[in-house]
Amino acid sequence: MQCQRDEVLAVDRVSVSFSGRPVLREVTFSLGAGEFCGLIGTNGAGKTTLLRTILGFQAPLAGRVRVDRASDQDGLPAIGYVPQKITLDSSIPVRARDVVALGLDGHRFGLSFSTKKRQGLVAEMLAAVGAEKFADQRVGNLSGGEQQRVLIAHALIRRPRLLLLDEPLANLDMRSAAEIASLLRRLSVEHRITVLLSTHDMNPLLPLMDRVVYLANGRAASGATDDVIRTDVLSRLYGYHIDVVRVHDRILVVAAEAPEEIPAAVEKYPAHVAQIP
Amino acid sequence: MRSLLSLIFEPGFFTSAPVHTAMIVGGGAAVVSGVVGVFTVIRGQSFAGHALADVSSAGGSASFLLGINPLLGFLGMAVIAAGGMELAGARLARERDLVTGIMLGAGLGLAALFLYFDVTTSSTTGAAITVMFGSMFSIPASIIPLALAVGVAALAVSGLLYRPLLLASLSPELAAVQGIHVRMIGLLHLLVLAFAVALAAMTVGAILSSALLIGPAAIAIRLTKRPGLAIAASVLAGLVATWGGIILAYDSFYWTPGHGWPVSFFIVSLIFVLYLAATAVRGHAGTEAAV
Ligand SMILES: Nc1ncnc2c1ncn2[C@@H]1O[C@H](COP(=O)(O)OP(=O)(O)O)[C@@H](O)[C@H]1O
Ligand SMILES: [Mg+2]
Repeated sequence: MQCQRDEVLAVDRVSVSFSGRPVLREVTFSLGAGEFCGLIGTNGAGKTTLLRTILGFQAPLAGRVRVDRASDQDGLPAIGYVPQKITLDSSIPVRARDVVALGLDGHRFGLSFSTKKRQGLVAEMLAAVGAEKFADQRVGNLSGGEQQRVLIAHALIRRPRLLLLDEPLANLDMRSAAEIASLLRRLSVEHRITVLLSTHDMNPLLPLMDRVVYLANGRAASGATDDVIRTDVLSRLYGYHIDVVRVHDRILVVAAEAPEEIPAAVEKYPAHVAQIP
Repeated sequence: MRSLLSLIFEPGFFTSAPVHTAMIVGGGAAVVSGVVGVFTVIRGQSFAGHALADVSSAGGSASFLLGINPLLGFLGMAVIAAGGMELAGARLARERDLVTGIMLGAGLGLAALFLYFDVTTSSTTGAAITVMFGSMFSIPASIIPLALAVGVAALAVSGLLYRPLLLASLSPELAAVQGIHVRMIGLLHLLVLAFAVALAAMTVGAILSSALLIGPAAIAIRLTKRPGLAIAASVLAGLVATWGGIILAYDSFYWTPGHGWPVSFFIVSLIFVLYLAATAVRGHAGTEAAV
């Protein structure tokens, strides 16, 4: 693929299997600088596996992942990452501010000394995600949306060009989900950060996404939202007929006639109609 | 003032050699346990700490049979147990608890055997009490250099690991993204935990050592929400309890003439009282501590 744009992430025919069971098959897509991309798929579609492969935590069976190394620091590829679920106990003596600071130098050995510069960077990052108000509270006492903001600040404080988030909107109420989504979009635009965000519900992201990577059956379709979320493209991906239904501002992806071999993750809805995210 | 001091410190306190040894070894144990305990509580490894202590009692009781430095005995078994737990490599909490429980049982079984030989084949009839519940005033001064070396090593490693360990304790995944070798950090912390437990076992006995490890840390995290301050507060609470316990135990020789009360009892009681006080303070200040 010849690309003119400034490519930050290229996933090239990546396949991943777990004990012989293929989870990702020849997944290919690339993201340019500052692009905001949704990684869409049902539970078990392989979203987490794909993100972990990009991070290098999971070795692919075949294919390769290239990440722009221009912003590497300390020999680490500067990828920001917000994992799927972190349970932070409310008794842990760590403030939101401390979590953000650990994003800066948590990998360093030895004691940390709170310099003016370090404090300034942390304060700036807390402000960027709108977390100043609760910066001095125990991180375990914060709400889900507040914790997401803190984790986003933790991930971004070293100024990575690529930010991966695993289901950051799950477990949030609709309003917090919308706030977090637009915060990410704003950060992406302001700092030209490439964002790849997984979700099983694409609707909160519809007005914000530049691109989607849609995972089904281990395969991926990627491109501009309107080029991917289409009846013909998704039908090919799933291997059976899919309807893309637009109701008001929402998109529903449904299988009109659920075939026998329909993946377990697809719920039947209702009777013969299976809804897919 | 002078009379108040003399009320607290009974005659001879400052000149007694056993008291000196107890203050040094106990103080070292309190500092190391205070630091390591905070990480242990954050990581949810209190049970592992307790199990290491129980297994270390096998080493402590063997040392009486072999006639070696008891700290070496405690330390040896604690380190072996730490290695065993790591090798078992259980990743799920439930599985880890099972492995820990099995090791704890095996360790106490060995301790039972060695203690039986101790009390039946030699003249060390007090071994069981000493190993399990500590007898600080009979700690030989000769162990001070080793105790200090173990303590300094544990503190040095803890200081070195401070940030990666804190991050890995919050989330192994976040740590891994920063290139931190999460498993290595975990193993090193387990080793430092073994060091702390061995020192504490030497002081308050194997059974009570987890009280010195977990108690001050639990007090500290109620009082402060900053990791660095929590460690400082935990060390302070440990020192207050340990030195306070030594003073009270020394004084108790004068309360019940002829025999004093065990130091361990006072240390653990002081920890308990401090814990209740910290809980009350926290309750008073609302759910969120101010500092
Ligand atoms: N470490 C693993 N070992 C075995 N199977 C795994 C592992 N991780 C994920 N899987 C399987 O791979 C599939 C995709 O999982 P995942 O990537 O977590 O999906 P998603 O994040 O989209 O819900 C699931 O069927 C899951 O059971
Ligand atoms: Mg997932």
